[in-house]
Order: sequence, then structure tokens, then C-alpha cells
Amino acid sequence: MASKIVCCRCEDVTLADLEHSVARGYRDIEEVKRYTGFGTGPCQGKECLAVVAAALAKINGLDPSTIGPFTSRPPLAPTPIKILARDPAAHRFADDSGDDQGDG
Amino acid sequence: MQPNDMEDEEDASAPDSSGEFRVPAVFQKEDPLPQAAEVVIVGAGVMGLSIAYHLAKRGMTDVVVVDRGYLAEGASGRNGGGIRQQWSTEINIRLMQDSVALCRRFAVELGVNVWFRQGGYLFLARSAQEVARLEKNIALQNRCGVGTKMLEPSAAKEIVPELNLEGIVGAAYNSTDGILFPWPFLWGYARQAIAMGVKVFTHTQVNDIDAHRPGFTVHTSRGSIRAKRVVNAAGSWSPQIARLLSVEVPTWPIRHEICSSEPLKPFLRPMVSELASGLYCSQSMRGEIVGGVTIPGHGSTYSMGSTMSFLATYARRLVRLMPVLGDIKILRQWAGPYDQSPDGNPIVGEAPELPDFFLACGFVGHGFMMAPIVGKLYGDWLAGGPADKHEIFERYTLARFRGGAATDSHPKEDFNIG
Repeated sequence: MASKIVCCRCEDVTLADLEHSVARGYRDIEEVKRYTGFGTGPCQGKECLAVVAAALAKINGLDPSTIGPFTSRPPLAPTPIKILARDPAAHRFADDSGDDQGDG
Repeated sequence: MQPNDMEDEEDASAPDSSGEFRVPAVFQKEDPLPQAAEVVIVGAGVMGLSIAYHLAKRGMTDVVVVDRGYLAEGASGRNGGGIRQQWSTEINIRLMQDSVALCRRFAVELGVNVWFRQGGYLFLARSAQEVARLEKNIALQNRCGVGTKMLEPSAAKEIVPELNLEGIVGAAYNSTDGILFPWPFLWGYARQAIAMGVKVFTHTQVNDIDAHRPGFTVHTSRGSIRAKRVVNAAGSWSPQIARLLSVEVPTWPIRHEICSSEPLKPFLRPMVSELASGLYCSQSMRGEIVGGVTIPGHGSTYSMGSTMSFLATYARRLVRLMPVLGDIKILRQWAGPYDQSPDGNPIVGEAPELPDFFLACGFVGHGFMMAPIVGKLYGDWLAGGPADKHEIFERYTLARFRGGAATDSHPKEDFNIG
């Protein structure tokens, strides 16, 4: 049954995958993220993080309030590279000529 | 993403008849530290775990690895997974030839799929000086038996049709370089080392180390352990560990940022890198474009925060080099620390003033690709004898910094790129 319960839809991580990770010794949310890949797809954890945290609390026998989220990674939403390339924060190397480059 | 542990089919992926999961107790989190061990390794990154694995394989199994965090928390879990033989010094070229050979066998030997793919490395030059630098390195690489070739820009475009050749004047290409997925490498080393008797304690902070000459006592958050030998494989934190024993390791942490795109259908075979900016990118076996760029002036810091400056710089250079990538989306960015050494070469061997204290640090962002061979050489030496001591343990010692700058006997590595 646990193999039919999908916790992370982006990366197809099931409850059975989470149980397997914990059984392997990878129990913390950061360890489980790495071992199963949950939260590393397009939603970056926005859909799955709370579900997985609740499941891990149950599997590990912990109070859910003791489980924090994994480190969130920028950008806030998937962003096209050509938009980022226009940002003025870009470092200019010696061979960057003019401001017209990198606009895709 | 679920690692394809090869034996998982008949393993702990399902509860047994009692309904319980068989717990292989990977990290013995509740177990106390043993009172003593032959070797205590500080750092469960790829370097420490490779050393532990190879020690055990040579019969020295009384080994304890401690790490303050979890597997893949530090640089070993934050790098781009590049594995190349294109270097500027003979010793690094030869080490990496051996490392590639070990990577080819890793999945079978350690029973975990590390998604190793030899798609080659393509270095792009934008100036005659860069071409000359590549040509000099290629001559040396060819003498060592690495088949790197200098390519005209048009030949580079045959390998990567998406390249914008404007401003590109030459390229170096070696087809047997490649990439792998770093995380399973750690899981594979850890699991097999543990199966042979090594004990790995994550979430275990080293607070202090006493030197008894001979021997040590390592004081951790989980208790104290006596050790005949201590190996410092703490990556960017190596100077802090060494300082507990009053040994000065002259490395410093440099933050390097990296990012990953949405997954795409496989199209990009080699790792692509341009020398001018340190831009690099490759397509992982998950389909993502993973890459970074070198931003000058990022100073010494343990911060692993992410910056808009990095993302914008990477995007600008990547769009210039491969305009078609402008429409793909970046999903995530993160950072990891390079353990920067003064001459770009690693620091290994015994600390000159403290026998039985061994160093495996200063790998300048390339510890991951070096770890397979360096771990093996350490295993051969420490579990073997003086006759098994490789020249890196004489050449790349801490003692070289006591005499001043790099000399001809240890040429400076200048190809620490990407």
C-alpha cells in the first residue's frame, strides 16, 4: 500500500520510498531529500514538504513539531535563464563587451 | 532519483514477514562510540569514506569515521560531479587516470549506481593565450597517455551543435572524461566500508583532540575515543580540526555556487567549460543542466548562501555560449566550499611535527574526483607499509609550505577550473 501513496509528485517519491530511506539510516529531512530526491523537482518542495515531514514524524516516532523544513533554494519559482541573464547583478568579465550581450 | 541500489530487489525495500523493516543500522546513531580504534577519520565526505573503504579492503577494519553532519552535507554533496584527466601537472593527470579507472568499476564493486557517464570534457578558449595554455597541457596529457585533442571551433561545434562559436578560437577535448552523481558515491563507500567492519558516526561533532605521542584521544559530542592514528579529511573545515592539535593547515574556504535547471531530454554529451569565465555546465543523468561560473572576489567564507550575482553571471555567460539554453528554467541554486590551498595542490601525508596525524585536505574543489585514487593510495600505505607509500605523500606534504613558495619539484597546478 505504501508503494501506492505518492508523497512527492514531481519526483515520484512514495511513502514506501520514505520508509526505505529511514530503514537505510537516512532519517533526517535533509538526508531523506538526498536519498529519495523528494522536493528536488519543479515544485522544489512547495507541494510535498509538509506531507513528507508528517510521514517522517510518523515513521521516526517523533513529534511533527520537531521536524523543520529542508533548506529552501532560490529562485522562488523556476525562472528562464534568459531572464536571469538580463539582471544587472551579473559580473562583467574582461571579455564582456557592451551591455547587449546575454540577452538571449 | 531513487538510487538504484543493485541488491535492493531482495533487500530492505520491503518489510519482512513480521512486518518490520530490516534495519541495516547504517550509521548506528544510538550506539555509543567504541572506546578505541586503530584509525579515527574526521570527516565522512567522499575523501574520508574512500580512505575508510580502502583501509578496510586492505584488512584494516578497526576504523571509525566521525562527521558533525550528515552524508553529503558538505562539499562532497554540493559539487558538479565532474571527473577529468585534463590537468596541467603530470602527477594530477596520472592520479586522475587512475581515478577514472576506479570510477568505471565503482558501480559493480560497490553495488550502487553512481550514474557515471564518460561524455568527455570540452574546454573552450577565447584567446591565443588560452589556446597556448591548452596546447601545453595537451602535450603533457598526451605524454601521459590521455588522448586529449586540440580542436578547431568548427570541430567543437560538431560535438556540441548548440555552441555559439562567436569569439571561440579553439577547444580541448578528451572523450574519456565524464560526470557522475556525487551522492550515491558516498552511500556506496559508507555502506561497503560498514559491511567490512568500519563504523561511521554522522551527527557527531569533534570538539577536541589530545595528542599523547604516541596516540590520540578524540573528544566528540558522542563521547571520547582513543586512536593510534587520526586522519583529517574535514574538507574546508580541515584547518579547524588541525588547530585542535596545534597544526597549522594553510587552507581557506572559498564559496562556490552552482545551479541546476529543469530536466531536459538528453542532448549535451560532454561537460562544457570556457576558460575565460570558469563557466562550466553538463547534463546530468536526470537531464538537468548543472553548472557554475567563477566570480572573482568571492572571499574566504564558510557561508553557503546563494547570490543573485552568481545566478545572473552564470545565466549571462551560458546564454552567450549556448543561446538555445535561454529558454530553459533554473530550478535551484546552492553553494559549497572549496578547500583552497596556497599552491593549488592538495595537502596529504603525515603532519611533519606530529607523527600519526594524517592530512587529506586542500583539494581546491576537486577532492571529489581525486577521492577514489587518493583513498586507495592512503589505504595501500596505512594498511600496508612504507614500501606502499605513494609519491604524493612525499611531494604534497604540509612541509612544502614551510620553505616558501611552490618550487619546480612541486609545480603549481593552474587548471583548477569548474
